[in-house]
Order: sequence, then C-alpha cells, then structure tokens
Amino acid sequence: MRSLIHITGLGVVSAIGNSVDETLQAFEKGTSGIGPITLFPSIHQNQLPVGEVKLTNEALASMLGLQQPITRTAMLGILAARQAVKDSGIKNLNSFRVGFISATTVGGMDRTENFFIDYLKDKTTGNLDDVVHHECGSTTELIADDLGIKDFISTINTACSSSVNSIILGSRLIDKGRLDVVVAGGTDALTKFTLNGFNSLMILDKEPCRPFDASRSGLNLGEGAGFVVLVSDRVLKQESLKSHAVVSGYANTNDAYHQTASSPEGRGSFAAMQQALEMSNISIRDIDYINLHGTGTQNNDSSEGTAIQRLFGDEVPKVSSTKAFTGHTLGASGGIEAVFSVLAIQKGWAFPNLRFKTQIPELNYKPLQELRKGLTINHVLSNSFGFGGNCSSIVFSKG
Amino acid sequence: MAVYINGIGTISPQVTFGDVPFLEAPKDVTGNRLTCIEPEYTGWIDPKAIRRMSRVIRMGVASAGMALKEAGLDKPDAIITGTAFGCLEDTGIFLTKMIENNEHALNPTPFIQSTHNTIGSQVALLLQCQGYNQTYSHRAFSFEHALLDALMMLEEKPLSVLVGGVDEVTDHSFSIMNRFGLYKDDSVSNLNLLESKTNGIIQGEGSSYFLISSEKGSNAYARISNLATLYKPVDGTEIQKWIKTFLMNQSLSSNDVDLILLGSNGDVTKDSVYSEVASSVFPNAAVGVFKHLCGEYQTSNAFAMWVASKILKDGSIPSTVLKKKTNQNPERILIYNQHLGHHHSLILLESC
Repeated sequence: MRSLIHITGLGVVSAIGNSVDETLQAFEKGTSGIGPITLFPSIHQNQLPVGEVKLTNEALASMLGLQQPITRTAMLGILAARQAVKDSGIKNLNSFRVGFISATTVGGMDRTENFFIDYLKDKTTGNLDDVVHHECGSTTELIADDLGIKDFISTINTACSSSVNSIILGSRLIDKGRLDVVVAGGTDALTKFTLNGFNSLMILDKEPCRPFDASRSGLNLGEGAGFVVLVSDRVLKQESLKSHAVVSGYANTNDAYHQTASSPEGRGSFAAMQQALEMSNISIRDIDYINLHGTGTQNNDSSEGTAIQRLFGDEVPKVSSTKAFTGHTLGASGGIEAVFSVLAIQKGWAFPNLRFKTQIPELNYKPLQELRKGLTINHVLSNSFGFGGNCSSIVFSKG
Repeated sequence: MAVYINGIGTISPQVTFGDVPFLEAPKDVTGNRLTCIEPEYTGWIDPKAIRRMSRVIRMGVASAGMALKEAGLDKPDAIITGTAFGCLEDTGIFLTKMIENNEHALNPTPFIQSTHNTIGSQVALLLQCQGYNQTYSHRAFSFEHALLDALMMLEEKPLSVLVGGVDEVTDHSFSIMNRFGLYKDDSVSNLNLLESKTNGIIQGEGSSYFLISSEKGSNAYARISNLATLYKPVDGTEIQKWIKTFLMNQSLSSNDVDLILLGSNGDVTKDSVYSEVASSVFPNAAVGVFKHLCGEYQTSNAFAMWVASKILKDGSIPSTVLKKKTNQNPERILIYNQHLGHHHSLILLESC
C-alpha cells in the first residue's frame, strides 16, 4: 500500500501575483495578468500580449536580497520556493532527508539570448556571466543552494508537462522511503527565444487568450514559478504540520502522435487522466474540479476537451483553464496549477475560465465563467501536456 | 529484486556498435574535442525522418533502436532519458536565426526540436510507445536520475524500461566552453590523456540507451545493483564516507568490488579525487578508466555503464581500460564519476 504524501507548503509567483494571497485576490477580482511585453525589446512588443510577472529583474533581486540579478528563471524560482518552505512550517528542514526537484524548459535562456547578440558578431565577445547559468540544472542549483537543500537535487524537462513530473517524482521518492521532504515544482521566465518559437508555430493569440472557447485562436505566453512542499505522513505527525492536501494519484504517458500536435482524440491525455484516477482509487464522479491544461490553441483544447468527454461522458465536473489569467507558463505551469488546485481544495473555490463566451460545439460541456465559492472540493484533477507528446495528470485530494 | 541489462546501444567517439571487437583498437585523436563515430542511420531510422532530425536526435533514436534489437524487443513499457544540454544544435540554429533575422520569418522546426525532451519523445513517436516518458536535465546527474527513476519503476512492477544518457557538443557550445578555460590545448592525444599532467579536459559526447528489465534476457549483460548521487560534498572525507555507506547498504565492503571504474579525465588539478578514492577505499580492487575514450561530458556515465556491462559479459577487461590489474575476475564493478567537484555518482553492476 502506498503511503500518504502530504502537501504542507505552497509558493507561487505569476502574472496575477507574487504570492498566494495576491493570487487569491486576483481570482476574486477576476483580474487577468495578461498585458504588453515590457521585459525586453521585441518586434512583437505591441502585437503579442503576454503574462509577465510584475517585477523587473532589479526589483526581483532586491526583493530576494541578492547583490545583483541572476537569471530571471532562477529568481522567480527562489521567490516561490522560499514561500513554499516558509508556508510548510517545517522548523528543522535539515534534520530530514530533503530533496529539491525543479522543472524548467528555458533555464537561463533569458540571459543566453543576450549573450548571443554579441557572440554572433565576434565569438570572443559576449559576457560569459550571461551563459554561466544557461543549463536547466544550474537554475535548479541556484534555488536549491538558496534553500540550503543538498540531499537530492534534480531537474526535469518534458516541455510543458515538466513540473507535474517533478511533483510526481518527489511523491515517488517519499513513497519509496528515499526522502522525507521534497520541495517540488517548476520555474520558467518569459524569453525572446520562446516568444519567437511559439510565434513561428503560429499559435500565439494577438488578443488575450480564450481557452476552451469556440473562438480561441492561440495561447499567450506567461512566466512564473510554483512549488509545493511534500512530506511523508511520519514527518507531518512528528512536526505537527498542517496538511493542505494529499497527492493521491498521478500518471505520465506519451501521446506518440506528433512532435507538437496532440492526437484528435487525445489518446495520451485520456490515458494520463484515466491512470491517475485509477491510482487515486476514486471514480470519475469523485472529481469536483479539473484544472485544465487549456492553453487556448485549437489543437490542445479540442484534443484535451475530447479526451475529458470520452472519460467523463455526461458527468464532466466543473472545469476551467487558469491560463486566461496567467498565460501559459510552460515548464512552470504544472507547479503553478498544482498550487491553484490545492487552493481550490483549501478554500472550497473553483476558478473561472476568464473571457469564456462560446462553447466549443464538439463538446457537451463548458468551463466555469464565474469564481465559485463555498464548495466542498475533495478531489481536483490537474492536467499538463507538452511538446513531444508528454502528458501528465495528477489528482490532489483533501488530506 | 534484480534488474538486468538486456540490451545496449552506444554511439560514441569509438566504434561501439556493430560486430566489432570490444575496444581492441581505440581511436587515437589529437585535439581537445572528441566527436562521435556515427552509424549508417538508414538501418535504424526511416530515411524521411533522418533528414528532419538533428545529430543528437539521430544518435539517440539509433542507439535506442540498437538496445531494443539486442534485447529482442519491439517496444519498451517506458522511456527515460538523461540529457544535460538537450538539443544544442537546434537551440543554436533558432537563436542565431532569431538574432540575424531580427525576429522575422523564422522556421519553427529548430524551435520544435530544441526542447530537451525531443530525444525521448522522438524515440516514443517512432516506436509508438505511449507509456511513461521522462527526461532528466540535471547536469552530471541527468543519466543517474534517469536510471534511478527506472530502478524505482522496476521495484513496483515487472517492466521493460529503455533508459539512456545522451549529449552532443556543437561548435557553439565548444567555443563558449573553451572561453571558460575548461579545455586542454589541442596538442594532446586522447590515448595519452591521463598521462598529460596538464590542466583542463577534452570535450566528449555520446549516446547510450539500455533496455533494462526485471527479467533476465537471453542476451543479458549484467545486473544493476544500485546507484547513488552526492551533491557538493565538502571534502574528500565526505566522499569516501559516502562510498563506504553506499557499499554497506548493499551489505558489501570495498573488498567485494573487483574493479573500480573511474571517471578520471586527465585534468591534473582535479584527478586526485579519483586516485584518493582508489587508493584509500579500494586498495585491493583493479582500477579502470574510460574518459580517454569518450571525453568529458555530463552524461558520460552512460558510456561508462556500457564499458562496465561489456566487461561483465565478456569476463575480461580491455587493456585500454585497465590501469591497475589484479588476479580477480571482474564480477562486481563500481563506477565512480564526478563532474567539476559538484556532482558525484556511483553505479554498482554485477555479473549475471
């Protein structure tokens, strides 16, 4: 029998807030974080809206007490991870076997892309300080070193499903008795590289995105970080910690259909959701809310929507994509949405799918339009899917 | 629970695929960059698909295919990949075009293939494998954590898992790392690497996939007993204590290890950590090395695991690997590798 894996700490930073409290306020007020690009010069500056964290690199560095800015990906990660550890209330972190597992798709690309401007003109130029933390793993180590964690450090990069996979790995390491406490999640900064990459694929909406709407025409990129603190049942009791929720099931599958497109019937996402539910030992009726991957692209929403309809039939629970608030934060999205999912359980809230107007004709259900409060949310399913067919689903349950 | 290596595919700077004697005639290359000797890909990948793939994806997909073929399997249950740098070539192409074209008219293909998980997902796509698919990108723990994940999966149920370590070096990455002063000057021969007595390393690359399973295949190489990683140890004492504890947890002592395979890379200022481990912890074991064959790269332990598996299967150690000989038959091999003093890892293999 699997042991209970508790979530005792939450940390989040995204376009809608630099903390859990600010995030909840944005959900209450229905304030979207989508706006114009201000972080870097780009020909797309007034064309493509994005979900920026409302802090410059200098402001982030000063908030974190750093002498000078490091990569934005690492600073966003440090901000969210510190919050999660603080929220967990663990006093003697280093008396346990502790892991730090992060996920990122861009790593230090926000600085590498600046380096390359000079470097391409002359291979002997470009400031090496700008590439020293290029690697995904380097981002993770900057955060882990800040937290003082060293027993187990890892980084996952399965594109947009990355940080759900880091929470899954953390849960497994605790379940197998290899670790007692794991800080898990992900971080990604907005970069010119990803902005142009997604733009070249022609899947960026020139308007604020409309996930799961019939009129959807692409995603908005976002940025941020989301981390949770996972602890074993023994640590929870021994330290008298409060369990915000438990990780009750998860699955990782591959669509194996196309490098960037999802299969029309969503075979990978269907299998991920089905296997996660199976592991949770609950039925489809027990899921109270689904936090959708819901990027706002034609392909994702139609494929994910179809998979949900196939799995849940006429009993589709409340669903919404929170990406209309935050934008698609890529490698951070699973971590950020894990925090949102746990908040849904804690507060009894189901979040609205901002800007939704018209139901997708092929689907027999539509996402929530308004914030719903006062609910009993026992089980939340959160989806994260990525390039390369990577599909991960996770179920959080009331502890 | 026993875990067996039932098939291996390795593409490296040596000829490590096809029907060739085991490292009998290692390539002698003068310079500070070792590049992979690649197979004829048409035997492994659909020619139409080859054209679209960058070199690291080709190497990954082909070596995965080789491992499956050796194991006599069409499709694994899970695919787990470790790659520290991922798809550098496509990343470099997209970055360059983005800057040169000032963000205009960009071809999406290099962007699509720039994400680290492209290697593992292309393997899944070509095999139509819809099972577990994971990519670790954590520096010199990338392959080790892929392997750890696979071992944990096998603790739960009997499966066949394809697990690999893949990294490429490109002109951009080589020129940037060179500016960090990491490399030796280019006059060293790889076969004299460990006798060079100079600072710096030579860059390597490679791709190795292993088909591992809780069932012993007819072509099985070895058993994987366990592995461990250690992050930023404070000193040599902590490293040695960690190694002894690792062995103790396997109910072993250092005398039970027949061969210690070391990641010594010829950097005169850093290699002492290896020689201290060999002399202090394993005074009675044979000593082997491998980085003169593959160069230094963060997933080089995948190459080392191929070397160790072959030794256990053949029952003999190639002379190019052997540094210190004993009379024992190699039946238990411990691989000890470290990268820049920060990432230390152990992989323990046994004959089967």
